[in-house]
Amino acid sequence: MTSANPSLDARPAEPSALAEISQETLALTKRLFVQLQRRPSTLVAGVLQPLIWLVLFGALFAKAPEGLLPEGMSYGRFLGAGVIVFTAFSGALNAGLPVMFDREFGFLNRLLVAPLRSRSSIVLASVLFITVMSLVQSLAIMVTAALLGYGWPGGGGLVLVLVTLLLLVFAVTALSLGLAFALPGHIELIAVIFVANLPLLFASTALAPISFMPTWLGWLAALNPLTFAIEPIRAAYAGQFSLSAVVLEAPYGQLTAASCLGVLAALAVGLFLLIRPLLDRKLT
Amino acid sequence: MGAMADGAASGGLIELRDLCKSYGRGEKAVQALDGLSLTVPAGTLYGLLGPNGSGKTTTLRILCTLLAPDAGSVRVAGRDAIAHPRAVRRLLGYVAQDVAMDKILTGRELLQLQGDLHHLERSDRNRRIAELVELLGMGEWIDRRCGGYSGGMRRRLDLASALLHRPRVLVLDEPTVGLDIESRAAIWTVLRQLRNGGTTVLLSSHYLEEVDALADRLAIIERGRVIAEGVPAVLKRALGGDRVTLRVREFSDAEEAARVQELLQACDGVRQVVVNRSQGYSLNLVVEHDGVVEQLRRQLTAAELPVFAIAQSRPSLDDVYLQATGRTLMDAELAVAGLRDPKAERKQSMR
Repeated sequence: MTSANPSLDARPAEPSALAEISQETLALTKRLFVQLQRRPSTLVAGVLQPLIWLVLFGALFAKAPEGLLPEGMSYGRFLGAGVIVFTAFSGALNAGLPVMFDREFGFLNRLLVAPLRSRSSIVLASVLFITVMSLVQSLAIMVTAALLGYGWPGGGGLVLVLVTLLLLVFAVTALSLGLAFALPGHIELIAVIFVANLPLLFASTALAPISFMPTWLGWLAALNPLTFAIEPIRAAYAGQFSLSAVVLEAPYGQLTAASCLGVLAALAVGLFLLIRPLLDRKLT
Repeated sequence: MGAMADGAASGGLIELRDLCKSYGRGEKAVQALDGLSLTVPAGTLYGLLGPNGSGKTTTLRILCTLLAPDAGSVRVAGRDAIAHPRAVRRLLGYVAQDVAMDKILTGRELLQLQGDLHHLERSDRNRRIAELVELLGMGEWIDRRCGGYSGGMRRRLDLASALLHRPRVLVLDEPTVGLDIESRAAIWTVLRQLRNGGTTVLLSSHYLEEVDALADRLAIIERGRVIAEGVPAVLKRALGGDRVTLRVREFSDAEEAARVQELLQACDGVRQVVVNRSQGYSLNLVVEHDGVVEQLRRQLTAAELPVFAIAQSRPSLDDVYLQATGRTLMDAELAVAGLRDPKAERKQSMR
């Protein structure tokens, strides 16, 4: 009887799951990179916007009052960390858009009729793509900032910067992919991205230190995930590469680089766990 | 091929049993499938005929594991598609109705992606792509970006991507709708070749001629149920003699139609009289031989009824449809045309 015969598919042996999943994921990732190569405007815009922030804000606050910034740091150097994080953040926030367009145009259905070994491949491909893209954009900003004389984190500092950005990108990508499956269409997704983007930037320590803010805003900034990414990077730029170094005097206590990274990691894992049931439902 | 063996073991390669599916909730719920059952034997070219909105697309989407039925079972080659969707996906190639392309990729890149999603080995994948490019005459444009393709090109590319993994069953949803005659002929030829090569082909259509010309067997679907099933020639033969369409006036009323129906029913050699309410209450008759028509004319003259038009033809699939539903397929189409909501339909297909 046929139903009792599992080798019906005329396949000698089931190939390894890892081989199949990596074949799927690579093919899907490649598609996203081919799209990017032929339509590079998102990449360019993603670098241009923070670049404008860096140049304009840097110039605007070049004569920031004495004592605003810790230890006579120049405003450009202070702003650099904020803009790097903002670049990675807005890049990752867009992760859901290609997925949303695939849902809307029915391309996702084309993927779903294929015998994918794991449908996580679709999500994994987006995460890979957006991670590479956000890191490339952030590196472009870091190089520009260095050329503007705002410094460059050496050795261990660079590793700290990359790890911090990676954790932030994972967390924000999870959020954006979740929204891409939860919201009804790209209009709504773009609206959410638009609304989330700038307020999160302003309510963080990207543009000004907590000591400069009114208490309520200080609290918001101290709870904002962007701040947890900005401060370790700022510390790395200041030449302190120590996970146990205090990087922020938050209203609720002192934060070390390690605790910032811990919060970001927990956020990334938490968000992926949170969106998993949604993805399972939408992708089966 | 093992197709025959396991197809025969369970009765059909594809077995749909008592499928029910409704969209929406409460007052607005639409019953798309209402206990639909269907058996497709291995190696046949099978047609699903029905007007728009009769449940064809829903049936095919459930078969292809894109949609879960509210009730009922789906088996392909003995496999339960709901419990083992991945095994069934390997056996199926699906050509959807509205073709989603990635405009930025070339046709070949799209096929490569599809091949990887089916886990073909790279050399096998590329060889298979070359074969299909040849078979479907895509050589000239396969390396151009999909964004510039015409409807016929897109449909051929989609057919190629459904065939990449050599599926045992090819499922097509309205494969030639809106296509030029040349592309349509090309697709028909390929479908026949596939069937001759042992592939089971299941296609939906609301074109009578298409199903009549292509299908070895067909099922007529109306309001989410199968209302007639069989070999086209047999179904037509079962309807008996020639069809006659008769109008006493250009537009009669129901009462007059009923009167004429009664009169004609009594005539010798007239097997059946159906009032076609959607076409001005014209009368559709089945007659046993040619002589009957003359006799009808005499009867009507004797009853002092005019004859506006009288036409005679061999039974067609449309007559099979008319017999089962009391309206022609064209009228069924027109009746639902205004009721469809493209926005709601798009939502149904969106994940």
